[in-house]
Amino acid sequence: MRPIATTRSATGIPTGRLAVWWLIASEIVLFGGLLSAYIMYRLSHDAWTAQAAQTNMWLGATNTFVLLTSSLTAVLAHKAADNNDTDGAFKYLWFTILGALIFVSIKAFEWTTEIQHGYTLTSSTFWSFYYCAAGLHALHVIAGATIMAIVSMDVRKGKEMQRVELCGLYWHFVDLVWIFLFPLLYIAK
Amino acid sequence: MSEAAHVHHPNYVKVWGILIVLLVLSVLGPEIGIKWVTLIAAFGIAVVKAYLVAKNFMHLNVEKRYVVYLFLTALAFMALFFFGVAPDVMQGSGTNWEKPGWDAPAPVAEPGHGEHGTAESGH
Amino acid sequence: MSDSHDHHESHGFMSYAFSTDHKVIGMQYMFTGMAMALIGGFFAYAFRMQLAFPGMDVPLYGIVSSAEYNSLVTNHGTIMIFWVAMPVLIAAFGNFLIPLMIGCDDMVFPRLNRLSYQIFLLSAIVLISSFFVEGGGFGGAWTSYPPLSAKAEYNLTPLGSSLWLLAVALEFVAFLLGGINFITTVMNARAPGMTMDDIPMVIWMIVLASILFMASVGPLIAGAVMLFFDQQLGTAFFDPDRGGDPVLWQHLFWFFGHPEVYVVLLPAMGITADVMCVFARKKLFAYRTVLYTAIGTGVLSFFVWAHHQFISGIDPRMANLFTVTTLLISIPIAEMCFVYIATLYGGSIRLTTPMLWALAFLGEFMIGGVTGIFLGASGSDIYLHDSYFVLAHFHYTFFPIAIIGVFAGITFWYPKMFGKMMNETMGKIHFWGTVIPFNCIFIPLFLLGIGGQHRRIYNYEHFPELAGKSMQDMRVFATVSLCIMLIFQFVFLYNFFASLLKGKEAGKNPWKSNTLEWTTESPPPHGNWKELPNCYRGPYEYSVEGREEDYWPQNIPDDEPAGGAA
Ligand SMILES: [Cu+2]
Repeated sequence: MRPIATTRSATGIPTGRLAVWWLIASEIVLFGGLLSAYIMYRLSHDAWTAQAAQTNMWLGATNTFVLLTSSLTAVLAHKAADNNDTDGAFKYLWFTILGALIFVSIKAFEWTTEIQHGYTLTSSTFWSFYYCAAGLHALHVIAGATIMAIVSMDVRKGKEMQRVELCGLYWHFVDLVWIFLFPLLYIAK
Repeated sequence: MSEAAHVHHPNYVKVWGILIVLLVLSVLGPEIGIKWVTLIAAFGIAVVKAYLVAKNFMHLNVEKRYVVYLFLTALAFMALFFFGVAPDVMQGSGTNWEKPGWDAPAPVAEPGHGEHGTAESGH
Repeated sequence: MSDSHDHHESHGFMSYAFSTDHKVIGMQYMFTGMAMALIGGFFAYAFRMQLAFPGMDVPLYGIVSSAEYNSLVTNHGTIMIFWVAMPVLIAAFGNFLIPLMIGCDDMVFPRLNRLSYQIFLLSAIVLISSFFVEGGGFGGAWTSYPPLSAKAEYNLTPLGSSLWLLAVALEFVAFLLGGINFITTVMNARAPGMTMDDIPMVIWMIVLASILFMASVGPLIAGAVMLFFDQQLGTAFFDPDRGGDPVLWQHLFWFFGHPEVYVVLLPAMGITADVMCVFARKKLFAYRTVLYTAIGTGVLSFFVWAHHQFISGIDPRMANLFTVTTLLISIPIAEMCFVYIATLYGGSIRLTTPMLWALAFLGEFMIGGVTGIFLGASGSDIYLHDSYFVLAHFHYTFFPIAIIGVFAGITFWYPKMFGKMMNETMGKIHFWGTVIPFNCIFIPLFLLGIGGQHRRIYNYEHFPELAGKSMQDMRVFATVSLCIMLIFQFVFLYNFFASLLKGKEAGKNPWKSNTLEWTTESPPPHGNWKELPNCYRGPYEYSVEGREEDYWPQNIPDDEPAGGAA
C-alpha cells in the first residue's frame, strides 16, 4: 500500500513530474556553475582557441545528431505511453537507450583518439574542462539510460506508465545540456 | 495516475527535422570562418534548438507557468554568478596578486598525429 | 513496490534501519546529528584547551599537535554546519514535521527519503574515517581554499583532504534528494483545504531553505569535482601557475556559502515563530509579511556572497556593490525580528523551556546580526577580516540557529515525538547553563578580535603582541566557559533519555496548539492518523474573541461548537 500522500496533487502537476522539474532546476545550476567557469577561463585565455580547434567537430556533431534523435524516440515513447501502447512505449524506450549507447561509444572512441594524441586531462586547463564537462554529461547519459532500462521493465507489463514521461523529461534535459556543450567545446574556435 | 498527464502531441518528427536542419547550419556556419557568423551559428542556434526541445519535447508550453519561471530563475542565478565572478577571474593581475600561468601559451600536446602519449612533457 | 507498510508492526533492527516512515527517518537524522554534535563539541573543547593552556596534555584527548589543531578546527566547523545544523534543522524537523503539519501520512517519495538518509550516513562515515587515514584529517579550514586544499605538499593531508571533500559532496547529494522530497511534498500533498496561508511558518521556512540550498549548491558541487581533480589527478583548475584561478573556488564556495547561512537560519526562524505563537497565545503578527520577507531575504542572499572575499584581491568596484547588498540584507532580517517582537506584544506569555529558547534565539541572533554590519562594510572588514571578531560574529549567528533554535524545536516537539513530557526544571537549568556560558565564551572573543587576534594561530605564545596576560586571561575565561557549557549539555542528555522512561504522559496536545500534528496521538502511529485531517483555517488562531478556548485547531470545522478540541 502506498502512502496517501503520493496520490495527492494540490498543484495540479503530478508529483513525479513536479519532482523531475525540481531535479532539472538543480541540474541547471550544477552545469551552469561549471560552464560559467569554463566561459570565464575561455574568454581570458587566448591560447585556448588553438586547443579547442583540436577537438573533433564531426564526432561532436554526430553525437548531437544521436542525442537529438534519441530525444525524438523518448518523446515518441511518452506519446505511446499516453495511448496505453505498452509495446510502443517499450520499443521507443529501448531506441532511446540505444541512442545513449551509441553516444557513449562515439565518446569513448573520441577520447581514446585524443588521449593517444597526447591530449589528456592534465594537458592544459582547457582539456581539463573538456574532459570534466563532457564526462559529467556522459555520466548523466549513462544514468538516464539506466533509469530508462529499469522503467522499461515495468512498462512492458503495463505498469507505472507515467514514468515513461518522467525519464523522457530528464532525457530531454540531458540533450539540452549537450546542445550547449557542443558549441562551447567544439564549434567556437 | 496519468489522467492529468495527457497533452496534445505535436508532430514530433517535424520538430526533429527542424532540429537536424539547425544542427547542419550550426556546423556549416563556422566553416565560413567569419567570427561573428561562427558565434551566431554556434550559440544563437543552440538557443533556438533548446527552445524547440523545451517547448515541444518537454511540453513546457502547456505546463504550469511557474515551471518555466523556475528554470528562468535558475538561469538568472547563473548569469548573476557569471557577472559577479568574471570581473575577478578574468583579470590576469590585480592589487598585490598575479596569475603567472594565466597568459602563458599552454599547448603541451604535439599537434602532430601518431605516437602515443609522447606529449606528457609539461608539469 | 514499497511494502514497508506491511511489516511496520515488527520491531526488528532491519525494519527500523530500512523503514521508509518519515518519522523514523527524521529521528535517524536527529540522532545522527546529535552524535555528530558531540564529536564537534569535543573537538571545540580540545582546541580551546590548547589555546588557553598551550602545550597542555588535554584531559581525554592528549597533546594537541599543530597539525591536529588545524584538523580539529576545520572539522569542528565542517561537522557543526554540515552534519549538525543541516541534518537536525532541515532534515530531522523537515522529515518529522512536514507530513504531520500538512496533514498527510508520509512524504511523497518515502524510498527517496530513505536513500537520502543512507547517503547522509555514508557521508558521515566517510568524514569520520578521514580522521584516521595517513596524514590525519583535513586541516585547511571548512572553506577549503586552494592552493592549500588542492596540494598535498601544502596541506600535508593527501588522503584526508580528498575524503573530506568527498564527504561534503555526498552530504550535498543527500540534501538535494531530501530537498526535492520536501518541496514536492509540501506543494502536492497538503491536507484538503490547506491553502498557502494555512501552512505553518516552520514548514514554509524549511521549504524555502530547501529551495535556497538547491539553487546555490550546484556550482559548488561542480567546484568540488574540480578541486577533487586538482587534488588527485593533477589538473590545474585552481592553480594560478598553470592557467587556473584560486579565487574562482572562493566564488564557487561563497556563492553557496552565503545562502547556506539562510538555509539554516530560516528553519530556525520558523521554529521560533511557531513556538512563540503557542506560548504567547497570539496570532503571528503579519503572517504574509513574514513569508514575503523570508522570500525576499532568500533572493537577496544570492547577491552578497563576495563580502567574504574583501581581502582576496577582488575587484574593488565589486567590493562596493557587495557592501551595499550586504548592508541591505540586514533590513529584512531586522524586520522579521520586529515582527516577532510584535507577536509577543500583548500576548499572555508562558515562559516554558521552549519559549525561553525561542526568546533567547531572538536576542542572541540580533547580536550576531548587528556585529555582521561591521564585517559587511568592506572598509571595516579589512581590519577585522580573519580575526576572532569574525569568529565571534559567526558564532553569534550560528549558535542561536543551530543550538538554541534546535533546542527550542526539540523541547517543543519532544512530547509529540515520544509521547512524554520533558522535565521543565531540568530544561530550565540546561537553558541557563547553556545561554550564559555561551555569552561568556564569545564576548571575550569579540574583544580579542578587535585587539587584533588572528584566527588561525596554534599557539599565541609565539606572537609577543598577542601573548600579553590580559589577552591570555580572556582566552582562559572563554575556554572555561566552554567547558561549563559542555558539562551542562549532560543535563539535557539526561533529561532527554530519562524523560523517555519516566516522563509524564503528554497526551495529544499538551501545549494547546493549533497545528495539525497535535491532533493525532503522541507519538503518531504509522500512517499518522486513522483518518487524515482536513484543514479549515490558518495555524495561528489563538485567543480568538468569542471562543471559549483560547485556541482553534486547524482541523475543526467552523460550525463545530467552541471547545471541541481534539
Ligand atoms: Cu556571508
